[in-house]
Amino acid sequence: MINASLTELRAALDAGKISSVELATLFLDRIERLDPSLNAFITVDRDGALEAARAADARLAAGDAGPLTGIPLAHKDVFCTEGVLTTCGSKMLANFVSPYDAHVVSLLKAAGAVSLGKTNMDEFAMGSSNENSHFGPAKNPWDTTRIPGGSSGGSAAAVAARLVPIATGTDTGGSVRQPAALTGVTGIKPTYGVVSRYGMIAYASSLDQGGAFGASAADCAQLLTAMAGFDPRDSTSLERPAEDYSRELAAPAAGRPLAGLRIGLPKEFFGAGMADDVRAAVEAALDEYRALGATTVDVSLPNAQLAIPAYYVIAPAEASSNLSRFDGVRYGHRAAEYRDLAEMYSKSRAEGFGAEVKRRILVGTYVLSHGYYDAYYLQAQKLRRLIAQDFQAALAGCDIIAGPTSPTTAWAIGEKSDDPVQMYLSDIYTIAVNLAGLPGLSHPCGFGAGELPVGLQLVGDYFSEARLLNAAHRFQQASDWHLRRPAIAA
Amino acid sequence: MSRNDWEVVIGLEVHAQLNTASKIFSAASTAFGAEPNAQASAVDIALPGVLPVLNGGAVERAIRFGVAIGATVASKSVFARKNYFYPDLPKGYQISQFELPVVQGGAITIRVGDGDKAYEKTVQLTRAHLEEDAGKSLHEDFHGMSGIDLNRAGTPLLEIVSEPDMRSSAEAVAYARALHALVRWIDICDGNMQEGSFRCDANVSVRRPGGPLGTRREIKNLNSFRFLQQAIDFEVQWQIDTIEDGGRIQQATVLFDPDTGETRMMRSKEDAHDYRYFPDPDLLPLVISPEWIARVRSEMPELPGAMKARLVAEYGLSAYDAASLTASKEVAAYYQAMLTAADAKPGSQLPKLCANWTMGELAAQLNRAECDIADSPVAPAQLAGLVQRIADGTISNNIARKVFAALWNGEGGTGADAADRIIAAQGLRQTNDSGAIESIIDEVLAANQKSVDEFRAGKDKAFNALVGQVMKASRGKANPAQVNEMLKRKLEA
Repeated sequence: MINASLTELRAALDAGKISSVELATLFLDRIERLDPSLNAFITVDRDGALEAARAADARLAAGDAGPLTGIPLAHKDVFCTEGVLTTCGSKMLANFVSPYDAHVVSLLKAAGAVSLGKTNMDEFAMGSSNENSHFGPAKNPWDTTRIPGGSSGGSAAAVAARLVPIATGTDTGGSVRQPAALTGVTGIKPTYGVVSRYGMIAYASSLDQGGAFGASAADCAQLLTAMAGFDPRDSTSLERPAEDYSRELAAPAAGRPLAGLRIGLPKEFFGAGMADDVRAAVEAALDEYRALGATTVDVSLPNAQLAIPAYYVIAPAEASSNLSRFDGVRYGHRAAEYRDLAEMYSKSRAEGFGAEVKRRILVGTYVLSHGYYDAYYLQAQKLRRLIAQDFQAALAGCDIIAGPTSPTTAWAIGEKSDDPVQMYLSDIYTIAVNLAGLPGLSHPCGFGAGELPVGLQLVGDYFSEARLLNAAHRFQQASDWHLRRPAIAA
Repeated sequence: MSRNDWEVVIGLEVHAQLNTASKIFSAASTAFGAEPNAQASAVDIALPGVLPVLNGGAVERAIRFGVAIGATVASKSVFARKNYFYPDLPKGYQISQFELPVVQGGAITIRVGDGDKAYEKTVQLTRAHLEEDAGKSLHEDFHGMSGIDLNRAGTPLLEIVSEPDMRSSAEAVAYARALHALVRWIDICDGNMQEGSFRCDANVSVRRPGGPLGTRREIKNLNSFRFLQQAIDFEVQWQIDTIEDGGRIQQATVLFDPDTGETRMMRSKEDAHDYRYFPDPDLLPLVISPEWIARVRSEMPELPGAMKARLVAEYGLSAYDAASLTASKEVAAYYQAMLTAADAKPGSQLPKLCANWTMGELAAQLNRAECDIADSPVAPAQLAGLVQRIADGTISNNIARKVFAALWNGEGGTGADAADRIIAAQGLRQTNDSGAIESIIDEVLAANQKSVDEFRAGKDKAFNALVGQVMKASRGKANPAQVNEMLKRKLEA
């Protein structure tokens, strides 16, 4: 049952082969047994989960079950959950119990999904390895001496180790796709504005977007369908009709299901910097796509190499302002002793924030300062527009863009901790997608050295989530990379 | 050197609180006076994860203001974050507008001074932008700690910035008063200065006439017109004294202390915040369609300037009367209602009579009773009924004062005919019966031979005394013009 797809779990619940309480208990027991070695969870909410599971069973009995009723899941600890600790991976919020639910959380509650707890993450979603968590690093289930990626490392590790079938995440520069790739699961970040940011603790507001983790594209499609939708409380939420992201997946498997699909390969994503084992797996996956009927074309994203510098101006700028509310006045950490107001602020924030968060606040404060704003912030915004234009130009000649999700497989815990720029470069293929606001997906496509997973990234035009999910689903129908499990989940 | 060797340059920044029911970015109430923090929503206290949603009512009011002052209402404006730390600023930034404000340009005509020295002047506006208010820090009552009340946090403000067009504290006050009247006239702000709904910051500098602008100092948070005048007067003299003593003015922000009547420095330019403005990524650019502006324009009431011009052109009122009657929305509404009730035709004496009574007896009585004209116990139609009786000769002006006092006390009922009822009940109708008047005159002349003799000896004053005696004997009801004429005829006979 732990390796079952959502469709299989749905069938089992509907047929009464297992109750929601039994299913929740099964996964809660796995968390209890395995999470001490993975640290994928910050909070496990057994009581709340069982209560929700009982309610789901009542709905099942009443014939009132929807697609996710009774399905266990976990939320990245960036989403506010009423009555449950919401830490954002930070000492600053280590004591914060939210009085309200994020929009995503309330949608999934209403759908009858059963939240088992809150997953580990880089502090305030700043990081690519999960090592920046106040609660210690989450571990990669394929090799617990390695990082699971970040910032949604806990959600990715939890799904990879089958501590939970599906999980929510957020992606500001790759924080869903990169950990999905490094842990061998599927993750999707939709078009900016598809998932409400209300109740999702902001890192970089113009880039942050909620996303979904699952073992397969099909599972991600179901979770995303439940998470997405217009929310009047988020002014950047897009007012569009609700979509069923699974709608293209039901068509029966054919010999060449992707015939006619043109896959663009940006030469900038296949240059130096990509590890050989990643390249080999990606090339093999592209062969498989061609075997499924797709054609590949060379495209170019000439400004792609500017994505990281642009991102590390824009994201810290927004973060420096977004994180100003954590001042020790109304909630969260406050220093025990201080002489005056200035010291209350400085000590509370010095104690409450970790090194990477402080680094980005400093950078962001600097680039917004008088005399530097034009040179950094406005220039970065110009680059952002150029990058978005590059994607539009490339997508004029193809239907989707493909390439590696991450230049390497998972690295050892501590390996890049002292070199932030090396860490930043691990998001080199994902960041441009956020700057453009496009949807992106990562799915497992093989293994590199040391039996570590490799992910393939698919990027499409705005609102092409269903197309991306369908492409990945057809790939997964013809391959079994997504069915491989680390020993811990065997 | 005297004060006359210096030119004063003043620009005003006014924060007008917009009278929306809910806050600018949340659904919490804006009502004044609730228990601390009872009107602070999750958005207002800046919980993690919350987001702002713009209140369309605040935008509507900004458009109304822009249209009223003939400004450009920007088709696209941008909300920006103004970053600074303070305990009553929950997000650590204020959402405001910086590079692209919603209202750009515009002008307001003011009338300065009284009598012959009165003059009109047009003050240009730089901009007006939407922003949210902060909360309040309460430093008393907490034994060495500070209390924070976030009820006001997120209240919508329109910050209205003038060009440095004013040349005296009198002009600054006239501008502030005109602006105050306008925002109340177009119903975007209640104008309650005690509650902080209308707050002025004054940028003040002095220079040699025709010379380059001097360095300015900004006086913050003046919440009455009197303080505005006092603060500017003090500041101007201080700047002149400082320069004449060989000093230099440093750019600074100052506070006015009403107890001492002095300004004192709060922070210098060196201490000024770097607010690190940048466009708020949580809010889309504010897009205002031409249709929206056109709708607001079509719903705009007659504005004070237009009404003033109409009163002069149509009814022949003096500029002074017209300005006084349009100085506030309520006075103008009262006068307009009175004109309608009295059926005051252009060319008749009624418009002027209505004006005189509104600004004279009524204003004085309201003033004595500390009563707003909107709450006047004498309704416009009732006062119109009284004025009509003066116009048609039923009563004299003197008797009318008596009738007004009775109206004020509620006599005569609540109807428009209250004055008629009082006149009838008290028998105050003016006597035009020449026979009756003549017999009174004869009695008075017989009883006052001394005055008659004095008049005939050339003392004109004696005539007035005799008129007074006749009026008194008629209990004020004799038609004064008739009395004059008949008495003169008899004495000269």
